[in-house]
Amino acid sequence: MFDHGKIERNSVLMLIGILIVVSIGGLIEIAPLFYLESSIEKVKGVRPYTPLELAGRNIYVREGCYNCHSQMIRPFRDEVERYGHYSLAAESMYDHPFQWGSKRTGPDLARVGGKYSDEWHRTHLIRPRSLVPESVMPGYPFLAKTALPYGDIDGHLSANRAVGVPYSDEMIANAKADLEAQLDPDSDGVDALVKRYPGAKARNFDLKVGPPSELDALIAYLQVLGTMVDFSAYKAEENLR
Amino acid sequence: MNWLISFPIGLTGVIGLMLAAKAQDPAMYGHGLVFFVAAVAAIFCVISRNLLAKKISAEDGYNDEIVRAGLIASTFWGIVGFSAGLFIALQLAFPDLNFDTSVTNFGRLRPLHTSAVIFAFGGNVLIMTSFHVVQRTCRARLAGNWSPWFVFWGYQLFIVLAASGYVLGVTQSKEYAEPEWYVDIWLTIVWVVYLVVFMATLAKRKEPHIYVANWFYLAFIVTVALLHLVNNAAVPVSFAGTKSYTLFAGVQDALTQWWYGHNAVGFFLTAGFLGIMYYFIPKQAERPIYSYRLSIVHFWSLIFLYIWAGPHHLLYTALPDWAQTLGMTFSVMLWMPSWGGMINGLMTLSGAWDKLRTDPILRIMVLSLAFYGMSTFEGPLMAIKAVNALSHYTDWTVGHVHSGALGWVGMVSFGAIYFLAPRVFGQAQLYSLRLVSLHFWMATFGIVFYAAAMWVSGILQGLMWRAYDQLGFLEYSFAETVEAMHPFYVIRALGGVLFLGGALVMAYNVYRTSRGDVRIEQPYTAVPQPAVA
Amino acid sequence: MNYETLAHFAHTWGLVYLVVLFAGVLFYALRPSARAKFEDAAQIPFKED
Repeated sequence: MFDHGKIERNSVLMLIGILIVVSIGGLIEIAPLFYLESSIEKVKGVRPYTPLELAGRNIYVREGCYNCHSQMIRPFRDEVERYGHYSLAAESMYDHPFQWGSKRTGPDLARVGGKYSDEWHRTHLIRPRSLVPESVMPGYPFLAKTALPYGDIDGHLSANRAVGVPYSDEMIANAKADLEAQLDPDSDGVDALVKRYPGAKARNFDLKVGPPSELDALIAYLQVLGTMVDFSAYKAEENLR
Repeated sequence: MNWLISFPIGLTGVIGLMLAAKAQDPAMYGHGLVFFVAAVAAIFCVISRNLLAKKISAEDGYNDEIVRAGLIASTFWGIVGFSAGLFIALQLAFPDLNFDTSVTNFGRLRPLHTSAVIFAFGGNVLIMTSFHVVQRTCRARLAGNWSPWFVFWGYQLFIVLAASGYVLGVTQSKEYAEPEWYVDIWLTIVWVVYLVVFMATLAKRKEPHIYVANWFYLAFIVTVALLHLVNNAAVPVSFAGTKSYTLFAGVQDALTQWWYGHNAVGFFLTAGFLGIMYYFIPKQAERPIYSYRLSIVHFWSLIFLYIWAGPHHLLYTALPDWAQTLGMTFSVMLWMPSWGGMINGLMTLSGAWDKLRTDPILRIMVLSLAFYGMSTFEGPLMAIKAVNALSHYTDWTVGHVHSGALGWVGMVSFGAIYFLAPRVFGQAQLYSLRLVSLHFWMATFGIVFYAAAMWVSGILQGLMWRAYDQLGFLEYSFAETVEAMHPFYVIRALGGVLFLGGALVMAYNVYRTSRGDVRIEQPYTAVPQPAVA
Repeated sequence: MNYETLAHFAHTWGLVYLVVLFAGVLFYALRPSARAKFEDAAQIPFKED
């Protein structure tokens, strides 16, 4: 006969009971997301970040941009008109960690790529209120002055590969060269970069000569956000979940 | 026995030195040295205080020193966390306060605020009260000599590493789980020792039954361990570098994060603090809990339902619909056990409501239950998809969190601190009950200003985002909606000033209590009923 | 694994699990034989200080 008195008297039994109850909830809710084929839509165009974009993403994470900017457009008329096509799970499938955010003190950034010029981003990141007087965003002038540390960028690609991002040996071996090439549109490395990362844009993002800056990387990341999927070829009804 | 503790501490120090020597970035260099210094200090303390040679005897009584340390730490971190919150609130109202440097911008300070209030203040309150409650309700001294102190100081070290990391840009950007991999490992070690101390104390109890408050503490400790381990799974770039990449990506990472994030609320900020409620409210009211049976149903249904509610943070996102529906349904159901618990606490006062007139500490505790009831009604409401469509991404969420955090967690913690202060400092009474009342009113008005401002700004912004003009165009640019928030951000900061002021009054009261002072003031006495005319 | 399998599992075994768990908790909290024990347990905070 089952005796609850035992649970009340035996702390180990109670510990096990608690673990079972909370594990069932967690397992049943999260595990299917890894096994259901429909969790992530089938789309073309999503590729791993280039080394420069990845470095920029790390700056985005470091500065806590996610505290005020979401990267998740919900399927509402106003959001789609304001920001663009609603976000797909596939678009963040290589994001370790995800940056969907939870608060919009500033606007959503899921499709900010290509919306503004590099020059606009440069000025806005250094002095936000010079372009948007109502903005409450902090200025980030130090990004323009700080050289981007990228000596270990291949290590970052390897760590991403270890958690499932399909970086090839070739991509890792050429990580440094690819990072430099993306900032120098006239260099010989650009063709190889674009071959490895289809659609990658090579520009001098911070518009300043000199070694790669943190601002270069961050703008490169912002400019790729939401631009990978070609929505003219996306069939929403095939991906209802 | 000596090597058992000295060896791991020494090893920690050596690892710290190695991290510093091989450091890939300045933050790791600093943190490696912090580990080393902490290990040296720990070994010095172990030797000089001879903690290990001492055997616990029956005459030792309860370990109140650890509770006293927890009380001081809670008060200190509370003020740090509230101040950080006030500062970032002012930054949103007056963005020049960001000073446009790397270490002072909102993005780095916001995690500092959330971690300081949740983990530094809330965590210390939980460790302090759980160590007090488990001893009294088991009628046994806290297990271990050095291990409770390891938990206490190890936890403070975790706080320092996490907080200094944020300012230096060390973060994995998962909300309320920002510390990087090596700080997570350290917290895991501390947490396992915490669990062992708690379980070992339960095991040596003289009372056959385990009192319900301990169930809540146990669920809090165990579940937080589970959540922490799963959500922080990551691969570091280098073993001497701070940066890591989370194991999960995109939609899976999002669900894991909010499974963690919501249950940090559910088990850290709710279950743990319900443990406080189930002990301190009966003690302060001098009456047993209204229904012990209800507390059992409350416990199991709460921990069972909470664990499912996480996806309500991801409604209308790219999370599959089935998971969203699951999260919404369980969130709505969660209303019931939450209110069951609130009613159980409130009804404990039935027949003794007059005590509220003469006991400002009890008044603080009851107010915390009122806010608990309010925010556990608001939560399920906001988890309904139609409501969430408006509230998500706005200040409404921020207001909801704070009515729970300031109102429930903050107030019940203040109640416990006032209850414990004279006891841990060996004094007959608090320095001043009138100051407790002042704190009560300052905090109450602070919360009301805060929550009201955030409701209005949240709903206003949500409506402005979706407003269309007569021609079918979006009526407001995003910048216009930001501008409209300004007055509410100022009011919110004012609420923060009041709440912080109240906490400073408490700190003063606790300090004077520790010195054995008693304020000369009009005592609270039962007011005689006026004769009916 | 597809969505239908999962949904079917939730509609059947999930429901049984929920109901059994809740009924179980109600039973051991409310069974009359435990009344005295719980009343005693509620007094624990006042036994010693």
